[in-house]
Amino acid sequence: MEQQYQHLYEMLSQVQGYIYPNEVDLQWGLLIVLYPYITGLVAGAFILASLERVFNVKVLKPTYELALLTALSFLLVATMPLVSHLGHPFRAYEILITPHSTSAMAIFGFVYLWYLMVVLLLEIWLDYRRDIVIWSRQTKGFKGFLYKILTLGVTDLSPKTIKWDDKIGYFITVVGIPSAFLLHGYVGFIFGSIKANPWWSTVLMPVIFLFSAMVSGIALVLFIYMAVSWFRKQKIDILALDSIAKFLFYILILDFTMEGLDQIHRIYEAEESFEILYLLVHGHLFYTLFIFQILLGTLVPLVSLGVLQLYKPKELTRRIIYFCDSLLVLFGIFFMRYNVVIGGQLFSKSFYGFTDYKVRIAGSEGILLSLVWIIVPFLILTFLLWLLPPWKKTHDN
Amino acid sequence: MATQGIEKSRRNFIKKAAAAGGLLATTFLLNPYNAILFATEKPEDPTKPWWGYGIDIQKCIGCGQCANACKSENNVSREPFYFRTWVEQYTIKNDGTVKVESPNGGIDGFQQTVPEADIFKSFYVPKMCNHCYKSPCVQACPVGATYETPDGVVLVDETYCIGCRYCVQACPYGCRYIHPEKNVADKCTLCYHRISKGSTTACVEVCPTQARIVGNLNDKQGPLVKFLKEHTCLVLKPHLNTGSKLYYNALSGEVR
Repeated sequence: MEQQYQHLYEMLSQVQGYIYPNEVDLQWGLLIVLYPYITGLVAGAFILASLERVFNVKVLKPTYELALLTALSFLLVATMPLVSHLGHPFRAYEILITPHSTSAMAIFGFVYLWYLMVVLLLEIWLDYRRDIVIWSRQTKGFKGFLYKILTLGVTDLSPKTIKWDDKIGYFITVVGIPSAFLLHGYVGFIFGSIKANPWWSTVLMPVIFLFSAMVSGIALVLFIYMAVSWFRKQKIDILALDSIAKFLFYILILDFTMEGLDQIHRIYEAEESFEILYLLVHGHLFYTLFIFQILLGTLVPLVSLGVLQLYKPKELTRRIIYFCDSLLVLFGIFFMRYNVVIGGQLFSKSFYGFTDYKVRIAGSEGILLSLVWIIVPFLILTFLLWLLPPWKKTHDN
Repeated sequence: MATQGIEKSRRNFIKKAAAAGGLLATTFLLNPYNAILFATEKPEDPTKPWWGYGIDIQKCIGCGQCANACKSENNVSREPFYFRTWVEQYTIKNDGTVKVESPNGGIDGFQQTVPEADIFKSFYVPKMCNHCYKSPCVQACPVGATYETPDGVVLVDETYCIGCRYCVQACPYGCRYIHPEKNVADKCTLCYHRISKGSTTACVEVCPTQARIVGNLNDKQGPLVKFLKEHTCLVLKPHLNTGSKLYYNALSGEVR
């Protein structure tokens, strides 16, 4: 308690201008930055996987299962930052039991469960069912036991059943695309619907969140595909990389356009909050917005990927550029979330001043706990790749 | 010809039935979606009290006794980050710039830091929960722990609040904070424990200049309605359509 007050007194000494006295304490920290970041990665990775399945983009085949498993690994963790930032984490179930119909936040649990249970788990299971059955017959010990459970007792491998798996899987992917849009568009709405906050309250927020989600998810799959191939000492399918990078480039253009449109609209309308927001982006958010998000996270990848659409240097150079760009995009989108979540709380709703945000190392809103929620999905992914290796799947052709 | 007539009347019937069915379906469908229609909901039962609040800025002397009494009455932390009510000092300078201060919420009083020659005008603005009837905080609460009582007071059920802080973000007036020990949202209750027993709020009780009035908006002869009738009153941030029931007399355009 003493430590908390000490932290608040420090913040109080950093206040510029006037803020309401209750605003010294910043409500949402790093954990809530992670929440839209992680959900965005999920939605983006899933949409990339759906491209292969629904739109039959054959060249993306090597990344299909990888993208789905990545989406699942991150989705399993997506609620953790939310729950761990609550004042009463053990009351979190109340959102599911007694959701308040007018609250934008209340529906998250349902959107999340729908997406996890109906879309992702089912799609992965149907996609892997045949292999799980085969593996359950071939593998002994604990792993074999796991496969036996995962078959859920459905061990029929007749061509007719396999065809049905494929049909239902296709149908679920079709349902999954709007679900992925819903999941992340909705996360944008949580912020966009707060009329008290002019930095958040824009009708474009869900759209911006959606496109940035796709950008970050595609970049994540690009990164993971390269990393996994490197670990397995396998040759990377450069054609698949080229295609993913092309999609990343297109979506990045759309994302940048939407965000640009939002800012131009804001600047042109120049409402009551304009002055304070102008000071915000040129002061507290200067590095995280202009340098990290726009320059490093958007413009550099945009230009380099754009150049690669016109001119193709040799494979190694392309791989290095793709690798760096994927990391830059992931870095940039993280700061996009930071600029929204933290930026929106740095200025007073009186529009007369600023508070400050200092990242703490330990504690419930500290870097350490946030790092945990970033690392855990990778551990889950490692486990899933061990259990359900996409490279050992039987393919029809 | 006759067949055509039957065809026509049948077509009309189908059209009408479809229209009626559509209307019925829309009514039923929209009902659970009052989430979307939230900001148009009508409150109040005219026979019961409906609490509102009035503040006369011309009468406030910035003594901060209201903020102090509120903390004592409601057991609010004495740290300067938690206030159910506080007083702001506005100073408009001759060059048009605005200086706002509220050291410790005004509890320790104010000192004018702007030289007298530079001051165009200066005044005090007490702030507190607006007890909006279209409250953004009530709308945002994901579990319904924040609610509006039938007599128009916005309260928090501290045994139910999960501490997500969404309501703090949703309040445009900065009236909410997270209770440092209970970890739940906390705010002005309009001294519900007092007003529901016929007494007045702590802040109104201690105000030496009667700058604050709490009252029943349904009581057309009551002091609050009289105050509203006799003064030109405004609410804060009216463009946000929160249905604020905190009315200020002599509210200057600079106040936010």
